[in-house]
Amino acid sequence: MSTSSETETGAGTGTGTGTGTDTEAGTPTGAETGAETAPGTKSASRTLTPPRGTRLALRDATLGRPGAIALTGVDVDVSPGEILAVVGPSGCGKSTLLRTLAGLLAPLSGAAEQDGHPITGPGADRALVFQEDALLPWRTLRANVELPLAIQGRPRAERRERATAWLDRVGLTAQVRQLPHRVSGGQRQRAQLARALAGRPRAVLMDEPFGALDAQTRAGMQDLLVEALHGTGATVVFVTHDVDEALFLGDRVALLGAGRLTAVREVPRPRERAAHDDPARTALRHDVLTSLGT
Amino acid sequence: MIRYALRVLSLAAALGLWQVLTSRDVDLWLRFSQFPTVTDVARAFADRLAGPDYWTDLTDSLTRILTGFLLAAVLGVATGVLVARSRLAEDLLGPVLEVIRPVPAIALVPVAILMFPSNEQGIVFITCTAAFFPVLVSTRHAVRALTPTWEEAVRTMGGGRWRVLASVVLPGALPGVFGGLSVGIGVSWICVISAEMISGQYGVGYRTWQDYTVVDYPGVFVGMVTIGVLGWLTSTAVELLGRRLTHWLPRTAYVPAARPRSARRRTGATAPAETAAAPPAGPGAPPADTAAAPTHTDSEEARDEHLVRD
Repeated sequence: MSTSSETETGAGTGTGTGTGTDTEAGTPTGAETGAETAPGTKSASRTLTPPRGTRLALRDATLGRPGAIALTGVDVDVSPGEILAVVGPSGCGKSTLLRTLAGLLAPLSGAAEQDGHPITGPGADRALVFQEDALLPWRTLRANVELPLAIQGRPRAERRERATAWLDRVGLTAQVRQLPHRVSGGQRQRAQLARALAGRPRAVLMDEPFGALDAQTRAGMQDLLVEALHGTGATVVFVTHDVDEALFLGDRVALLGAGRLTAVREVPRPRERAAHDDPARTALRHDVLTSLGT
Repeated sequence: MIRYALRVLSLAAALGLWQVLTSRDVDLWLRFSQFPTVTDVARAFADRLAGPDYWTDLTDSLTRILTGFLLAAVLGVATGVLVARSRLAEDLLGPVLEVIRPVPAIALVPVAILMFPSNEQGIVFITCTAAFFPVLVSTRHAVRALTPTWEEAVRTMGGGRWRVLASVVLPGALPGVFGGLSVGIGVSWICVISAEMISGQYGVGYRTWQDYTVVDYPGVFVGMVTIGVLGWLTSTAVELLGRRLTHWLPRTAYVPAARPRSARRRTGATAPAETAAAPPAGPGAPPADTAAAPTHTDSEEARDEHLVRD
């Protein structure tokens, strides 16, 4: 887990604790193995399921648009299969960070890399999930989920089958033929998740995907996300302004503030609801809230 | 049903008023004594329908307007998308288009006469120019107003320029485009009739003007009624096609049937506390809520779904 990004403030806090619990949390091609071991060490155990996740990195990057710089000196390394939660107050450049990783924005200086190669533009292996209104309103939920498959040039029958399977998986079996505006906000976000994952991306970039949902629906969506990611091995960068959401989902949390990446911290026992009262988690939560407050 | 009855009633009342005013030769500042009565016009209409000229006029005018209008639709949408999506195109085409736009299409008759070898092409040109600008302008606005996340979503799925154009820009701009087409078809009729009056051979406008010059007033009214009906039919066709293609638009339901549903929605939310919980929680708030009320999640979601499925 001690990747280069950990040279930041939070370096090494929970290195030991995180590893053991993560494996149980159920991301088979998960971060822990990939990140922790130097390439080759554990390669034997991974030959059967080659890592689907991709490594994303920002190196001393300045992000934003010319004249409107959002973040400077960002150094972060997201390991294959890891879930990195990014928290920060609104307007701190979270979306900019994500759009840079997606390839929609080029870094103003420094580099954005995927598996060591510079990111030159958006691509199908880095799916982006938006806060809301990203489904095409003239397409039914199924047609929306079929879209990435159509772009990949899959035959119609396969498209239909995979889209239906994904919608089943996120619990929208009854709504496949509905138009987005005919279903609830939570259902729209589930469909968006299905659409993002249907294209079998190697990284999923999520921009406050549950930000517009009420607190209860959101908790359900977090569980669903964990369930849906299970087995995909995709690297996830999850942007949120909700500290508890970040601590629940992330293997690590990155804190943004004052135009910089202020810290990257390990999360003890991620994706365990019971870990909410874990003293280590409580302490981290306190730290994160304090650092965001200043 | 009642609404159709009302519509028929409105037309019948207008005709009745016309008949009363003209048959009584009412002369109250507005003079109706020279006016043909409804029955005169109806008789003239029946005569015309029996003759071959009427149908030739009709098909001539329809051919002109449909050709001009379809050309305008294609060119208007293409130019509108181009100008909205490309800064270069905007810089190159924008000024020319903005200078030509204020010129009334009918004022282009001299241009049409100079440029085109036949009157026919001139009339189509004028009709096309008339419909082109409303389509262009509304397409341009519609394309610029597209939700940016739609395009970003398609691009992060690996879609290129053409995919974005076909899957996002054209379908997304359709509601706006049809706004322009509706205006365009109306302007097209104005211009095709005027152009026919000035330079046509055959056509409803030409015939109407001919009747006027030979003081055949019932004939003039036959022409006017024909134009009215044709205009109504064509704009209805555009409207229906538009509604069909943009059926996905979330409409504010004005249908009476929608009313009880919204009422039920309101009464359905019994617990007043839920309304307080509904708005998306702020940055700080969620910790207690998320953990404390997991059972609440299901009911909230279920209720949502129930309402939606209704």
